[in-house]
Amino acid sequence: MVPRTLRRGTPRTGVDWFLTFLRVSALTVVALGLLAFIAQEIDSDNPFARWANPDATGLTGEQFWGLVVSGVSQGAMYGLIALGYSMVYGVLGFINFAHGEVFMVGAMTGMITSNKLADAGMWESNFIGSLVLIVVVSVIVCSLTAVIMERVAYRPLRGQPRLIPLITSIGVSFFIQNASIVLLGPAAKAYPDVPDWVKTKHTFLQIEGSRILVILVAAASMICLWYVVERTKSGRAMRAVAEDSEIAALMGIDVNRTIVKVFALGGAMAGMAGILWGILFRSVIHSTGFLPGIKAFSAAVVGGIGHLGGAMTGGLTIGVAESVGPLVILEPLGVSGVSQLRDAVAFAVLIGVLLLRPSGIFGERLPAEDRT
Amino acid sequence: MSTEHPDPAAGVGGEVAGGAAPLLEMRSVNAHYGAVHALADVNLAIYQGELVCLLGGNASGKSTTLKTLLGMLKPTSGEVVLDGEVVNDKPTSYRVARGVTMVPENRRLFKRLTVRENLDLGAYLRTDSQQIAADMERVFELFPRVKERLNQKSGTLSGGEQQMVAIGRALMAAPRVLLMDEPSMGLAPALVQQNFELISQIHEAGLTVFMVEQNANMALSIADRGWVLQTGRVVLDDTAEKLLAHPDLQASYLGTAEQ
Repeated sequence: MVPRTLRRGTPRTGVDWFLTFLRVSALTVVALGLLAFIAQEIDSDNPFARWANPDATGLTGEQFWGLVVSGVSQGAMYGLIALGYSMVYGVLGFINFAHGEVFMVGAMTGMITSNKLADAGMWESNFIGSLVLIVVVSVIVCSLTAVIMERVAYRPLRGQPRLIPLITSIGVSFFIQNASIVLLGPAAKAYPDVPDWVKTKHTFLQIEGSRILVILVAAASMICLWYVVERTKSGRAMRAVAEDSEIAALMGIDVNRTIVKVFALGGAMAGMAGILWGILFRSVIHSTGFLPGIKAFSAAVVGGIGHLGGAMTGGLTIGVAESVGPLVILEPLGVSGVSQLRDAVAFAVLIGVLLLRPSGIFGERLPAEDRT
Repeated sequence: MSTEHPDPAAGVGGEVAGGAAPLLEMRSVNAHYGAVHALADVNLAIYQGELVCLLGGNASGKSTTLKTLLGMLKPTSGEVVLDGEVVNDKPTSYRVARGVTMVPENRRLFKRLTVRENLDLGAYLRTDSQQIAADMERVFELFPRVKERLNQKSGTLSGGEQQMVAIGRALMAAPRVLLMDEPSMGLAPALVQQNFELISQIHEAGLTVFMVEQNANMALSIADRGWVLQTGRVVLDDTAEKLLAHPDLQASYLGTAEQ
């Protein structure tokens, strides 16, 4: 897409008018939906709200809070996965579409390890200890998966146009999914039952234990990653390679090793997200990585690809939007079957952000030169 | 050529004894890009304490020479010798760790990183933290402006300040020989002047400098010796004064390079 700065001053074409029309109508739908929702909440007999959707029931405060919390916890996982997309894009300039499968590998590893621990009786007797253990195993397995992927599939393609590793990554994605079917079978597999305190809502803010766990662990992982990237020598090398790998090499940085570290870190974050997914939904199948992967990619783009804070913000934005959006914006406008529209809303956010701000929330203008 | 290299000009830090071995040397180096013969039998020798320059127009092989010296391009024949050791097969990081550092053309700072991070990256291969801190202080002494801008993103600096950071970053590697790729490129005329003053300044502080330049007048005004490269061949090799007075240089080269 041509940056808007380039188009300024040039005559507006039909396409420009069409884009403007899309922007205005997207904002209008959001604004109308929000207005109708607020009107409805203030007074359920409000004529505007009645006119917009005569059957609207509105939300109780508790329901709304529940939606926000589930959106934030879901979004935190998207954010964790998005970091991997964003970091790889930062150093290599291509989208690693197989990254969602690394997340699936993490969830699968957690499933296998936790079931083994449940058989041994440790899962019930020491839940937190078991959790730490499956996190460690999953993080290691996922880092290795990502590193092997880079070594086998992407490094031989270094220096090729970026479309080539991108297509390859789709192939790697199919490979990992099918490997999972061959090794573990095509049926969905369950995590062992979790303790009651994880399942029930707590008096503290009315949040389920699992969601508190997800939000806390995701926040801690992101802080660790931020520390590594922003405050350590390796992280400085990663940022240097991301900006100019030729000059980074001139500083004596081993570019290949730095790229391996980036894949390992991204894989670790995906492994973490996989475990959180397992604790939250307790079921995993070979295709588990697909939709969260695509949404996390959208999150990375929404936040501004290549930007770590952007990946987290994008993840939370998409998570909350797909959780809250259907009932707050679509329901008051009389759209039917809104609970089925989560995915549509998530991708509408992506399209909306691209229409209004093509470089994403925190995105800088992308470098013009082709980097691979 | 190493048999009769001219004495470096006065005021240079290191006295070069007659039999001293060069710090960095190219011995009949040939280099190719595919079928293109980029360097043909190039002989260069850089001695401790010198300020020398390699002159040439576009596509004369100047950048190829630098790439070969740094190990980014492997010569097809001949030897690159660093401090008496043939380093043909050694990677860039090996040569950087042993004192070969380059200030790239157009500065090429990490613009999204702070000035401090840029300087730290210059010392990436070093582990002697005390000496690194001392070298950082030396950079601040040379360029007080850099210290003021330490926590700013380097992309927000002015062109002149960026040039200081680029040189500072290279000095942080504790180089024994500093390679400068086209220091006058992409700078306003006033900054070019300032830049050449910076180069003589760090040279007078005792550093060996090898400069690659199109602007022959400017480069020869501060250099001790120079070579002129034409389509990958060294065509002239003499002291700065003699090169400036050389009829061939005046006729064929300076005519196009003068600013």
